[in-house]
Amino acid sequence: MRHRVCLSVNGKAEEFDVEPRLLLCHLLRAYVGLTGTNIGCDTSQCGSCTVLMDGKAVKSCTVLAVQADGCEVTTIEGLAGADGLHPVQQSFWDHHGLQCGFCTPGMIMTAVEILDRNPDAGDAEVRHGLEGNICRCTGYENIVKSIVAAGAGGTS
Amino acid sequence: MGRYVGTSVKRVEDPRFIQGKGRYVANIQFPDMVYVAIKRSPEAHARITRMDTSAAAAMDGVVAVFTGQDFKDGGCGSLPCGWLVPDTKVPDRPIVVTDRVCHVGDSVAVVAARTPYIAADAVEAIEVDYEPLPTVVDARGAMDDGAPLVHAEIEDNASYHWALGDQEACEKAFAEADEVVEIELVNQRLIPTAMEPRAAAAQWDAASEEMTVWTTSQNPHPIRLLLSAFTLGIPESKLRVISPDVGGGFGSKIFHYPEEVIVPWVARQVGRPARWVATRTESQMTDSQGRDHVTVARLAMTSDGTFTGLDVETWANQGAYLSTFAPLIPTALYITLLSGNYKMPGVFGKVHGTLTNTVPVDAYRGAGRPEAAYLVERLVDLAATRLGRDPLDLRRQNAIPKEDFPYQTPVAFLYDSGDYDRLMATAADRADYAGMRAAQAEARGEGKLRGVGVVCCIEASGPAPSAVAGSLGSAVGFWESGEIRVHPTGQVSVFTGSHSHGQGHETTLAQVAADELGVPIESVEVVHGDTGRINFGMGTYGSRSACVGGSALVRSAEKVRAKVLKLGAHLLEAAEEDVVYDREAGRVHVKGSPDRGKDFGELAFAAYTAHNMPEGMEPGLNVVSFYDPANFTFPASSHICEVDVCPDTWEVRILRYVAVDDVGKVINPMIVEGQIQGGVVQGVGQALTEIGSYSDDGQLLSGTLLEYAVPRADLLPGIEVDRIETPSPHNPLGVKGAGEMGTIAATPAVANAVLDALAPLGVSHIELPLTPERIWRAVQAAGNGA
Amino acid sequence: MFPSQFDYHRAASVAEAVELLSSLPDAKLVAGGHSLIPAMKLRAAQPAALVDIGRIPGLSGISADGDSLVIGALATHAAVADSAAVQGGCPMLAETAAAIGDIQVRNRGTIGGSLAHADPGADYPAAMLALGAEVTAVGAGGERTIAASDFFVDILTTALADNEVITSVRVPGAAGSAYLKHRHPASSYAVVGVAACVGMDGGNVASCSIGINGVTGKAVTADAAAAALCGGPASADRIAAAAAYVGEAFDEPLGDLYASGEFRAHLAGVYTKRALALAAERAG
Ligand SMILES: Cc1cc2nc3c(=O)[nH]c(=O)nc-3n(C[C@H](O)[C@H](O)[C@H](O)COP(=O)(O)OP(=O)(O)OC[C@H]3O[C@@H](n4cnc5c(N)ncnc54)[C@H](O)[C@@H]3O)c2cc1C
Ligand code: FES
Ligand code: FES
Repeated sequence: MRHRVCLSVNGKAEEFDVEPRLLLCHLLRAYVGLTGTNIGCDTSQCGSCTVLMDGKAVKSCTVLAVQADGCEVTTIEGLAGADGLHPVQQSFWDHHGLQCGFCTPGMIMTAVEILDRNPDAGDAEVRHGLEGNICRCTGYENIVKSIVAAGAGGTS
Repeated sequence: MGRYVGTSVKRVEDPRFIQGKGRYVANIQFPDMVYVAIKRSPEAHARITRMDTSAAAAMDGVVAVFTGQDFKDGGCGSLPCGWLVPDTKVPDRPIVVTDRVCHVGDSVAVVAARTPYIAADAVEAIEVDYEPLPTVVDARGAMDDGAPLVHAEIEDNASYHWALGDQEACEKAFAEADEVVEIELVNQRLIPTAMEPRAAAAQWDAASEEMTVWTTSQNPHPIRLLLSAFTLGIPESKLRVISPDVGGGFGSKIFHYPEEVIVPWVARQVGRPARWVATRTESQMTDSQGRDHVTVARLAMTSDGTFTGLDVETWANQGAYLSTFAPLIPTALYITLLSGNYKMPGVFGKVHGTLTNTVPVDAYRGAGRPEAAYLVERLVDLAATRLGRDPLDLRRQNAIPKEDFPYQTPVAFLYDSGDYDRLMATAADRADYAGMRAAQAEARGEGKLRGVGVVCCIEASGPAPSAVAGSLGSAVGFWESGEIRVHPTGQVSVFTGSHSHGQGHETTLAQVAADELGVPIESVEVVHGDTGRINFGMGTYGSRSACVGGSALVRSAEKVRAKVLKLGAHLLEAAEEDVVYDREAGRVHVKGSPDRGKDFGELAFAAYTAHNMPEGMEPGLNVVSFYDPANFTFPASSHICEVDVCPDTWEVRILRYVAVDDVGKVINPMIVEGQIQGGVVQGVGQALTEIGSYSDDGQLLSGTLLEYAVPRADLLPGIEVDRIETPSPHNPLGVKGAGEMGTIAATPAVANAVLDALAPLGVSHIELPLTPERIWRAVQAAGNGA
Repeated sequence: MFPSQFDYHRAASVAEAVELLSSLPDAKLVAGGHSLIPAMKLRAAQPAALVDIGRIPGLSGISADGDSLVIGALATHAAVADSAAVQGGCPMLAETAAAIGDIQVRNRGTIGGSLAHADPGADYPAAMLALGAEVTAVGAGGERTIAASDFFVDILTTALADNEVITSVRVPGAAGSAYLKHRHPASSYAVVGVAACVGMDGGNVASCSIGINGVTGKAVTADAAAAALCGGPASADRIAAAAAYVGEAFDEPLGDLYASGEFRAHLAGVYTKRALALAAERAG
């Protein structure tokens, strides 16, 4: 049994014919070809796969593509506007918020929601806000710094 | 100093990562690709009595199903071990087992299907019957009389025995000691958990008979060598191995794994590109794991606190098979570090490498050196307690004085440079150690369990002089290649055998090349990770890229400069002695007359037009160097950690963490700090949260991220990083390794802090990780029931 | 990582969901999917069909009804945590929702799904027990309400029939309440979670209830401890004395690699003390 799924990915309406078991992360990676959304675990722990669904951070490995039908999905590839990097992306670059880069898309997408909730989020609030994201490289220090700075600098 | 080296140049690789354009192996996709999935053993030790793949093979969308016998018949050789100490007994490690599984996760059958979903369905549909065999999981227990044998032909499960040091001096030290402290401890099994799960992809070109393999490896050339010579049998000339962007390694992606053979083999069999991506759970049960030592040790000293001897016996769990470099880690990277940063005449250590029904163990960040540091630094704290001395004080008393460098330890290493007293003084200063101790006394007065942990640690990084490695058991050399190809326009491509999986080589090596040649960094591109583009290289591990890979580049740059200088002199119609290569300006000019000169770009172009070359000079501007290091480099660190232990829940809260490191000259301070920070958190993970745990019957109890606790962002409140620099005298950059020091120091720093906090309750030892329950039980056992 | 195959039906109404559940063999509801999908990815759950209730209108509201809050089954953890009505009327419930998982999980997981799943490490059950909540469910036989104390039956087992759908939860407000949790360092679920409600009359504790999850297969109330606190001031000594009774609530504490049953019982005592103290302080 297959299903039709219509969703907007990074502002572009797309339609797919999928098995109901297809996970949103696989739809994005294999069907849309947006491989920026990484998959780091199989128990929904790492947050590498985080995307925005109707503006909210979700783990795309824990959403069925059919559940996302009709939703607006923003991935790391669609975060920046026409005028360059999103402030959170820029801040990760400026503050060495990444090493291997694998957790980075998920970190950035989560950071967008953290700052959306509180643009003035401080160190402790950001550390708490990242409880669903794992980075094995950076020790989080510069990720936290990047997010706090992006907020204080005034992001969307 | 040039324009770039020593400055925090922003990373040039970042734009692709922050925009989701990383090129990881899992992103490789071809239209007619088959997706490989592997049937894994749920048993730790069992004979396969029956396997039925027919239902799987019949499924819609399944392209092929293969068994171990198919791989054997198809010409796949067993996985070799690349480091053999004398008399090592090496168990056979097939790509896919045929009759017997030896650890949970061992591969028993392989499926290729049209989608990963169908491949997973097919794996589930393969029926396997197992007849369980007795298991052994404990490093030391494996050698007990009557312990089940992992491989019948290897008696006692002992793969090797190895010893190093001055046994006589050691015995004398203990015979004459005023005080002796002893410890028995476990350095627990860890699961590296790079965030990118391992993956492999392959494409076979039937016409040219060329195979391209993409793999998540830290060292594509050694993988190509092993594939060609041992496991896959395709000539190196027809085999291209690419490690594109790799999402962290920490050692676990050094080794040659079965899937790197399975995927290209399947691609050739089915005549379609193939890809396999590990699930996290698969990674946790098949990536080589780390640590897992049981150790008994004692430290001898005089009554004034002078260390005189250290005697160590370790049982090192190697798992079910010998992973690529497994025997290296507990021998030449562990026993050799037991002298720590201290002057001690009588150091002697022996190790038994044992086989068990567990996932193979190999290098994991620090690899042998954290095991040594944790042991030595715990013993030093016990010594301080015994003598009633301040632990920092006792360390400073015994530290090798800076005048004694180069310093020959009793365990083979010749430390190149260091200033451990200044290192500790800097850490004490930065942490306000005296203030911390005063605050601790006050906190204790209020009934708090406050602890301060201090360590001074050593690392050997930048492996290794090839001849030394060879004499210690290596099957390969540990030099590095570095090519500088100056293009006619003056643009520069740097080809390095080192591999970045997060370390930022595209930036740091560009900094080095730009300064060496005097060109803008924007005109330098660093290429790595592709055997089709770069010269044979050894890859990245053991914090070697700057020391060895960077040095190879410096050598190449020297040769480029020499040629450019000669060409410049010729074109300027001056004698070679009368011109200079101005590295600030990237220009060759007549001495004293900067105007009479030619830019680097002009000279590069001239080298390629070759219209007017000096007598005997070949056209082109392309240089390769192979650099074999003269020695390891020896970074050192002093970390101080302050903790509170909650007297109710027994949770540990880190209040402050100060890391002062000496990694020699620093190419990019921002990147080095990042390495230290990341390293520290991994070390704290070992101290507080991480353990790869097996049940007696070999089940991995922490096989998913639901159980295996990788540190999260809130484990530490922050890390204060500082450094001193004692340049390494034997490499042209003066650098030492920076990738592992943080991890090595952090585990004992936190452990010492927690045990310091618990000292008033009579607790002197708890096995890692220091989880609330372990602390609670230790406190109860010490008679302070709570 | 790859769920096995199933059929998918999106229900437009509760009635349709009940109908589908009744007629399809081995069908399961899916709401936020944050318990079910992880289990399906590991193939620990392999339902033949999913009935998606996520789009049924009217099931996600949060409203005050007198002193109680009525929370729609589809209200996400984030919606509960952020709701001004919840924060005002029952701070402990907002606190509980905010303690679940992480930002991403809270954006998807629902209160109905959490209660129906009845995970021993879930956070809501303790709060439901302490607050005396009532679960409203609709099945083939119509609507019924189930008291929280009857709802949790065993590990991953509730009083719901196979074809019943939770539509809402009624939670009495309680100002003097608190939920505290010892978070598992890997999974983030509750190793122990204690919800406490304290009602003061004059200087004395007039009413008290305690719910605890994480320790045993299902969430339990610690009635002896709660009773011991009533009838006197909420002093540290009396709280400690009351918390000493917590162990009586546990038949068979569960253990895992991180914390044994014995240690969980110990933690339950500690967190009970803390939750009671905080609840009493909030009760004023
Ligand atoms: C990474 C991660 C961390 C988590 N951490 C925590 C934590 O710390 N604390 C915690 O409490 N939880 C935690 N959870 C679980 C989370 O709270 C889930 O959202 C919740 O348990 C289930 O809600 P759901 O809507 O996602 O349900 P689903 O997964 O959709 O369904 C769960 C079960 O309930 C049934 N069901 C769903 N809705 C209804 C209904 N209305 N009526 C009847 N049956 C229904 C389904 O059939 C299924 O059996 C975590 C989950 C993840 C993925
Ligand atoms: S891949 Fe989604 S949480 Fe790990
Ligand atoms: S940068 Fe490598 S996992 Fe975060």
